[in-house]
Amino acid sequence: MTVLLEVRDLVKTFGSGEAETRVLRGLNLAMQTGELAALLGPSGSGKSTLLTILGTLMHPTSGSHTMLGVDLTTANDRALTEFRNLHIGFVFQFHNLLPDFTALENVCFPTAVREGRETATARARGQELLVRMGLAERVHFPTANLSGGQKQRVAVARALMNRPELVLADEPTGNLDRASAAQVMDLIGEINHEEGTTFLISTHDEKIAALCRRQIVVGDGLVTG
Amino acid sequence: MLYALKIATRYLTASKAQTALLVFGVAIGVFIFIFMSALIGGLAEFIMMRTAGDMAHITIQAEAVDPALLVPQTGRTVLLVQEPTTQATAILKDTAAFLPLIAALPGVTGFSQQINGSGFLTRGAQVMQVSINGLEPGHESVIANLASYVTEGTANLAAGGVLVGKTLAEDMDLSLGQTVRLQSSAGIDAALTITGIYKMGSGGPDRRQAYVSLATARTLFALPQGVTRIEIKLADLYAADTLAPRIRALTGLDAKSWTEQAAQLLEALQAQAQTGYILKAFALLTIIIGVASALLLSTYRRRPEIGIMRAMGAGRWFVMVVIVSQGALIGLMGGLFGAAAGYGVLLAFPSRASFGPGQSGLPIDIRQGAYGLAIWLTTLGAILASILPARSAAQLDPVTAIGQ
Repeated sequence: MTVLLEVRDLVKTFGSGEAETRVLRGLNLAMQTGELAALLGPSGSGKSTLLTILGTLMHPTSGSHTMLGVDLTTANDRALTEFRNLHIGFVFQFHNLLPDFTALENVCFPTAVREGRETATARARGQELLVRMGLAERVHFPTANLSGGQKQRVAVARALMNRPELVLADEPTGNLDRASAAQVMDLIGEINHEEGTTFLISTHDEKIAALCRRQIVVGDGLVTG
Repeated sequence: MLYALKIATRYLTASKAQTALLVFGVAIGVFIFIFMSALIGGLAEFIMMRTAGDMAHITIQAEAVDPALLVPQTGRTVLLVQEPTTQATAILKDTAAFLPLIAALPGVTGFSQQINGSGFLTRGAQVMQVSINGLEPGHESVIANLASYVTEGTANLAAGGVLVGKTLAEDMDLSLGQTVRLQSSAGIDAALTITGIYKMGSGGPDRRQAYVSLATARTLFALPQGVTRIEIKLADLYAADTLAPRIRALTGLDAKSWTEQAAQLLEALQAQAQTGYILKAFALLTIIIGVASALLLSTYRRRPEIGIMRAMGAGRWFVMVVIVSQGALIGLMGGLFGAAAGYGVLLAFPSRASFGPGQSGLPIDIRQGAYGLAIWLTTLGAILASILPARSAAQLDPVTAIGQ
């Protein structure tokens, strides 16, 4: 296993003056390729902020952030967008699919946006992922017609579309019933095992965390365990 | 680009009612634009046809002959100043030498050699003062389209024939084929037959003019050679100011543009054209504001989706292209529908034939609807209108947007 990403002395503050809030206070973290890790911590501990920075959606106030040997700390928006598209997948708590598009179109989006069109290869890959997610019958369904669990599985397929090295999942089962949550976690475990994709899953659920091989606990802006 | 266009199209088709309303609004603007173009263009042509259309665009007038001094000038100061006379004794000679040069100039569509002067028309005890216009047979309609104004008889000026206005004919109770006596200011008279009666629709020409052949005018004014005036018609009357100096340089004669004689008409036409531009600019501005506000609203509503796209690797440029493509599509569709509606409605109005003499239709010219320009400007305007919402969307922070 090699180092996939590393953050050192990560600080993130919001606001200024008396209203300044320091969410991350010199956080250090390293992850290896192929890890399946849970990110635990109470609300306001900095979990979401950390995920956002790791997802290159936000710059840290100070500290360093490298992934795949690339220093992302000071990279510009264009470079971060390209990096994110190629190497990072996202799964959000509320699936966040594009409502006016079908399941397949949603899954193909990360590739199509890079290539400028939906290629036959991209469609084949998207279809394959949806079949793997158990959604063979829902490929051309508008996402509005899917159940919550199905939507979240589409979101997982979309996150995997570009074969990213890292998938960041923010409470991916937080909005699902037990059965759907288990189904999504089974899929994540399977992909992690078979393809070696690294997963960092933010969760409050001890049972979900227990399914992961590593638990990273964040408290008061620092990794505490 | 292709994919951004697909997303834009999907967004538009996903909100059918909103898109239809937006396209309808743009189409109304385009319709107004086209209607105004056809109305103002038609009105301008109508006015031109009824005024400058019957005028000479360039006139070469024989210079007035200075009256002879009654006392010898040598050794004395002359205190008497006399107004130059406009009598027909001033003539242009050797027209055969310079007329081919004028006719060869680009933009010249025709010319008319004339002998003009004043005289009296007599029928029995009735006498009316008239302007006598001697025209070359076959060139009667080169300047004013006499043939189109003739209500009785013919516009052809044969020897011994005279053409009079309808009002004059009514005042003197004249009818076709009657013989009248025309006496010029030179004191020479001739018995002529009324071969045509015309109605131009304006008081002066209908009441005070008589047209005869150039040969008859030569007899009446005792001018065996030369003419008193040459009138020139151009394809583009606005080229007169450029061509008149060229003719002056070419012939050495005093060629004058119609704009010198009718500056007020020119100003009125220019003012009318400017009014049209302003009205059309307002129609376009309405379209731009409408599209911009609708797209701003749509962008605001789709902020979370834009955030998701950005998170999935869509660059700021891609987001901008999606929004601008929506604007372009709305503009294009509105433009096409508006142009089609405009054309359809304009079809219901009388054709250009109604511009002619004696017609009373609205002067709307369907050919001047500026359909292509309207579609092009609307699409361009809608693209410009979408830049602000597009920039706003591209600047969205994906984290904040997704959180909404």
